[in-house]
Parts: sequence; C-alpha cells; structure tokens
Amino acid sequence: MAKYLLIESRDPFEWNDVASYYELASGLAKEGNEVTLFLVQNGVLPARRSSTSDALARVAAAGVEILADDFSLKERGITADRLVPAVRPAPLDVVVDHLADGRKTMWH
Amino acid sequence: MAKKTLTFAIMDPPYENARTTTVMRLIDIAVRRGYDVNVFAYEGAVYLPFAKQTAHANAVHGHDLGQEDHPVTHLWVGALMAEAKKRGGKVDWINCGLCVDERGAGESIEGVRRGSPGDFWKFAEASDNTLVVGTR
Repeated sequence: MAKYLLIESRDPFEWNDVASYYELASGLAKEGNEVTLFLVQNGVLPARRSSTSDALARVAAAGVEILADDFSLKERGITADRLVPAVRPAPLDVVVDHLADGRKTMWH
Repeated sequence: MAKKTLTFAIMDPPYENARTTTVMRLIDIAVRRGYDVNVFAYEGAVYLPFAKQTAHANAVHGHDLGQEDHPVTHLWVGALMAEAKKRGGKVDWINCGLCVDERGAGESIEGVRRGSPGDFWKFAEASDNTLVVGTR
C-alpha cells in the first residue's frame, strides 16, 4: 500500500479535468492506497455546499481523506460551518508534513 | 530527527497566479522547520528573484508608495533565504539558464544560481521529496 497526496488547486466550475483528478484519488483509494486530497486556492470552492459537492462526497466514500486549506477558505469567505461533511479545514503545513514523510505528491 | 530536504519546481512568473503565493507559503513552512529547500525555477518563474523589480504607488487607489505596500517577489525570495540561514537551513535557488537568457532576467538577487534541468534532476535525487507545480 502506498501513500498519496493529491493537491487540487483548480475550480471544478472552470476546469472539467478536476473530475478526472477526483476519479484518480478515488481509484487509488479503492485499490487500497492511503490517499489525501488537499484542496487549495480555487480548488476549495466545491467544499462549500453546491452542485459539485456530491462529487466530493463520492471521493470521500471511496476512502479518501479530503482537506481544504484554511487560508484559501478564509480568502474566499467560506467559513467552517458552510463546508460539506466530507471536507475538513486544515493548514498548509499538512502538505509539508506529507512531503517530509515521503508521500507520493502531485499538484493539479 | 534527520534534517529534511525538499525540492520545488515552479514555472509561473510573478504577479500572474495564486500558485506563486502558495509555493512561497510552502517554502516558508519548510524553512521555518529548519529544512533545506531546493527551488528549480523554470520558464517565467526565473523572474521571481529578479533584482530590478520595484514597488510602486497606485494613483488609481490614491495610495502613495508606503500605503500601497506593493509586494515584490525578489524580496520574498531574499527573506526566505535569510530565514533559512537563521534557522540552520538553506534555500538553494537555481534559475533555468536558458529561460533567463530568453527573458533577459539575468540580474537576480544574490544567492540565486544559474543551472539547467539537469540540476533539477540532481535536486530531486538528493531530496526526501519533490513537488512539481506546473502551469497547466
């Protein structure tokens, strides 16, 4: 079992390939890998309840941990009580933690 | 705990994308932990440590130079290098030489080295982990 950190910086309302990245995260988790999807910049927008929230719920149901950069949330006025249950706010330090631990890390 | 070394490859020019700010935040976190950080700046990112950048006032906003407090990325890079040194680490920044030549971006701040993608491979080989932040 490998450990992965997938960083999503893009807004799914603007980029159709975000869905493919979610699919990659889900697929890796379903194959038994430990996967964290870290949302940052406009990637945090679907963390607020919206028409794209179901996609994140499906990713979480596949066993992926989903975190959203607390600074990016704050920049966009998204408070913790507006987040979908599948997503937890987290500091960017988590990314450095995982990099230091040697996780396979990708940026999108 | 052994000291960690992280490598970042970045490509965005300054003032164009939030990726620049996010990468600077990541480097800052690593530096404050005393890690060694390697940066390979490719394409437009070679302008991040460009020493000729200057802050400016903003007449549209009615701000003078001090009020505008315009961010200048070469100062960010220099500050990261200084902070790393203070904490027993280092920021080893290599600008892609061909990218520099194409853009006339040779006047970087002190501490920035010139290199090639081969140096990025060496960075990655010698690091605990590498993050490539592409533009696309």
